[in-house]
Amino acid sequence: MRQWISAAKEVLERASTVAKFLCWIHVTDSYLLSSTVVQGASMLPTLNFAGDVVLTEHISQRLGKVGRGDLVLVRSPIDPNKILTKRIVGMEGDTVTFFADPHLGDYTISREVPKGHIWIQGDNMYQSRDSRHFGPLPYGLIQGKVFFRVWPPHAFGSLS
Amino acid sequence: MGTYSNFLWSLAKKSLTAGLIAVTISDRLASISPVHGYSMSPTLNPKTNTLPELFSRDYVLMEKLCLQRYRFSHGDVVAFSSPENYKQKLIKRIIGLPGDWVAVPHSYDVVRVPEGHCWVEGDNSANSKDSRSLGPIPLGLICGRATHIVWPPRRISKLESRIPQSRLSSS
Repeated sequence: MRQWISAAKEVLERASTVAKFLCWIHVTDSYLLSSTVVQGASMLPTLNFAGDVVLTEHISQRLGKVGRGDLVLVRSPIDPNKILTKRIVGMEGDTVTFFADPHLGDYTISREVPKGHIWIQGDNMYQSRDSRHFGPLPYGLIQGKVFFRVWPPHAFGSLS
Repeated sequence: MGTYSNFLWSLAKKSLTAGLIAVTISDRLASISPVHGYSMSPTLNPKTNTLPELFSRDYVLMEKLCLQRYRFSHGDVVAFSSPENYKQKLIKRIIGLPGDWVAVPHSYDVVRVPEGHCWVEGDNSANSKDSRSLGPIPLGLICGRATHIVWPPRRISKLESRIPQSRLSSS
């Protein structure tokens, strides 16, 4: 009987250690920084097509310090289970001008970004689904700011 | 002196651990949050003349597991950050989901809810800032689903997911 109790105690202790560890992971991952694999052609030439591993910090977005030119992770407005990586082009109150269809010519459209919204675009304007298609996005969809690339090794360094 | 600082150190460690666990649970499983304002009255914060606002405030249980898949059904009460100001959280009822056609009240417009969005309205339509002025809301802004009222004790109940009678369309 006694050995059962001690075994149960040990199991409980191990489990609580694991639980604490998972809590640490959750908190650092959602409040400090996390790593993400970024794929796709929309951010060429800044990010590679084949998949880069980047570090994302979650502090400046909570403080409202994310601004024009920053690379951000954004929850897609079309499918909330998907995360997009784009560059912020305009903040609230800005007027953005963009090519209506870069394949066809230089006819441009201007739009104003409404209150509390941001305008995001991919660096590769020919192959990117971004604010030009679905319009400005609420600031609340920002998930984090990309600031460092760790993979591939030859491109190791900070991103801006 | 040594035991005193030891005690402080272990206290700090314990409160840090407790805080981490609390944050994780409130982010992943469920949290309790107060409801301000009368936009969801009479479901939440029914107007009473006897009590000051501070004491008649309802506290609701916010369930976060729905954020794993972002699946919602009609009539769910959800909290989301306002598209105009991300720091402000609003609580409303889902009227329309992607692909639905929603008749906008007090106008002849019929709006199709786009992919990945939802149409939300407060139960108290006279005093509510919702999709009627903000337009469809991206599902990604939703930060929890209110399932129960947990405080004050006389109002403990389950929040039913229902669509207001006035919003049921004939089609």
